[in-house]
Amino acid sequence: MLLILEQLLNGLQLGITLFLMSAGLTLVFGIMQVINLAHGSFYMIGAYVGATVAGHTGSFPLAVGAGVAAAMVTGCLVEFLVLRHLYAREHLDQVLATFGLIMFFNELTRVIWGRQPLFVEVPGPLARSIELLPGLPYPAYRLAVIAVGLLVAAGLWFIFARTRLGMQIRAGAVNREMIGALGVNIKLLYTLVFGLGAMLAGLAGIMAGPILAVESGMGESILILTFVVIVIGGIGSIRGAVAGALLVGMVDTLGRAFLPTILKLFLAASTADGVAASLSSMAIYILMAIVLVVKPRGLFPAHA
Amino acid sequence: MKKFIAGICALGIMTASTCLAADAVKIGMITTLSTKAGYLGEEIRDGFKLAMDQEGGKLGGVPVELLVEDDGGKPEKGKQIAERFVEKDGIKIMTGIVFSNVAMAVVPKVVRDEVLYLSANAGPSKLAGDGCHPNYFSVSYQNDNLDEVVGQYVTEAGHKNVYLLAPNYPAGKDHLAGFKRYYKGNIAGEVYTTLDQSDYSAEIATLRAANPDAVFFFLPGGMGINFLKQYEQAGLNKTIPVYGPGFSFDERILGAVGSAALGVKNGSQWTHDLDNPANREFVAAYQKAYGRTPTLYASQGYDTARLIASALKATGKIDDLAAVRTALKKANFASVRGNFAFGTNQHPIQDIYIREVVQTETGFTNKTIKKVFANHVDAYAGECKM
Repeated sequence: MLLILEQLLNGLQLGITLFLMSAGLTLVFGIMQVINLAHGSFYMIGAYVGATVAGHTGSFPLAVGAGVAAAMVTGCLVEFLVLRHLYAREHLDQVLATFGLIMFFNELTRVIWGRQPLFVEVPGPLARSIELLPGLPYPAYRLAVIAVGLLVAAGLWFIFARTRLGMQIRAGAVNREMIGALGVNIKLLYTLVFGLGAMLAGLAGIMAGPILAVESGMGESILILTFVVIVIGGIGSIRGAVAGALLVGMVDTLGRAFLPTILKLFLAASTADGVAASLSSMAIYILMAIVLVVKPRGLFPAHA
Repeated sequence: MKKFIAGICALGIMTASTCLAADAVKIGMITTLSTKAGYLGEEIRDGFKLAMDQEGGKLGGVPVELLVEDDGGKPEKGKQIAERFVEKDGIKIMTGIVFSNVAMAVVPKVVRDEVLYLSANAGPSKLAGDGCHPNYFSVSYQNDNLDEVVGQYVTEAGHKNVYLLAPNYPAGKDHLAGFKRYYKGNIAGEVYTTLDQSDYSAEIATLRAANPDAVFFFLPGGMGINFLKQYEQAGLNKTIPVYGPGFSFDERILGAVGSAALGVKNGSQWTHDLDNPANREFVAAYQKAYGRTPTLYASQGYDTARLIASALKATGKIDDLAAVRTALKKANFASVRGNFAFGTNQHPIQDIYIREVVQTETGFTNKTIKKVFANHVDAYAGECKM
């Protein structure tokens, strides 16, 4: 029972990280109609800058600030220098250009930081386990990640539902010609949205630093999951990103955790291990296929 | 200048034979320099180049030219590079491949084409067993060796219930098989994870629930970093000891793992603290040249270059392949590992050690604690008919 609870927490934590990534990507995709494969690079840049600042100053809050700022600046620059020229082009051109950006950023981190992965220490007060229930210790840092993710989700909801900027962004998603005609600077709005998305990816990157290896190419492994999330959730919808991220996090974690045990009820132990390994790595894609069959536009389509 | 000469040759102004005579012995290095695993190729290349630099661009007194190409860890790319090396550059001697799947795509083909291949890392079982070939030498190990030594050590340490973890791909299964060959106790669980997985929280929670005596894992590169950090954060490193082959514990990974790997015992055929003259000289020269402690991979690159040097010294040139092969087989060089000889399948017969991760004032590193196997022969040698 405790194990199930712990695995649910693990799933929640993975889901939260995925949400931070997919919130930005789904906005860019939904509002600007741009496929940005380089979103994982912002995650990597956040992690690298955060790791460097944490290493030199020893202060994790400072690292978060620096990493988020670096990711945001990079995002705005990419939008201004590259993507702005591709809005009118086909998706395939955008895929090609942003795929090139992935390679550029991966090589850039190698030039600046070398090939060796970086080390990030868990911030002091969080470097321990908290006994949530008797017999259920859980790493304090992962709880902090969950808390930060929930705060960001609340903050995003506030921006979108309660501020003028949010209203403009939502309007832009529905009809961009109209909002331009109404006198909103759509170019600036796009740059802002893109920067915001990059910032969230950067935040996810820094927070992953103490848990994962900070290395060149780290963005690609999470990027694929992020795309699955936004397809499941419905492209362009923040609500969909929340639902999709939690669903993917849970299915992936619970599949890895419990499939071997469940399969051992029917199969021989060694077969069960092999089948479980294959099935659990497919689980989220099966989920995606099922969602697409039932709701082809995702769970919460942005413009129904 | 080189390009200029090559250009003239290409134009056919000089005859082919004079072009060849003007050139040094070319050595083709196919290795992984990009992707996350890029540091592995960098270490092999730097170790190899160090041996060349020590002789002023020669090996065994013969001028050599090293051509390095990045395979990106992809078999098809490795294959393309090999074809170019053979057809365009006329290379007769190759080395450097990091990954077994790349080696399996490249090696069987090039050795049939009368090219010598000396492995500075990958040692797939096929090439040690019935796929062995007179033109193929492994200077590193057979893949299972570093797991076998841990299996033996874990048994000796009295662990009776061990939990196993590896990525779900052929090499993952091979490495666990290597461990099981020498481990005599019970297996608490055997888990195969997705390749390049980054989050191990689910596996770690399941592992804790299984309550084993010890954990053995093979998770190369970033996967190992992720696992070790998360294992420490779950507080398990204090209660359930972790073991693994040396691949997740080289000095460059340890820098990224930090204290999470402290005290972990791992298997390797070489460590920078092995006490022999060749090794002392190598470690000092490497630190001076590159400003970092050499890893396992660098030592293998260095040994490969020095083995080639010993053969070139005996033959003076590369034209007579059979003579070079005979000279290589003698392994007449001072390996940084100490004892080194080739077995019947042209894989190393060598000592294999258990070492422990310790902290010094310069950072985290390995310390040799026990020689577990002396003159160890790999398990596939009997299947090789040569």
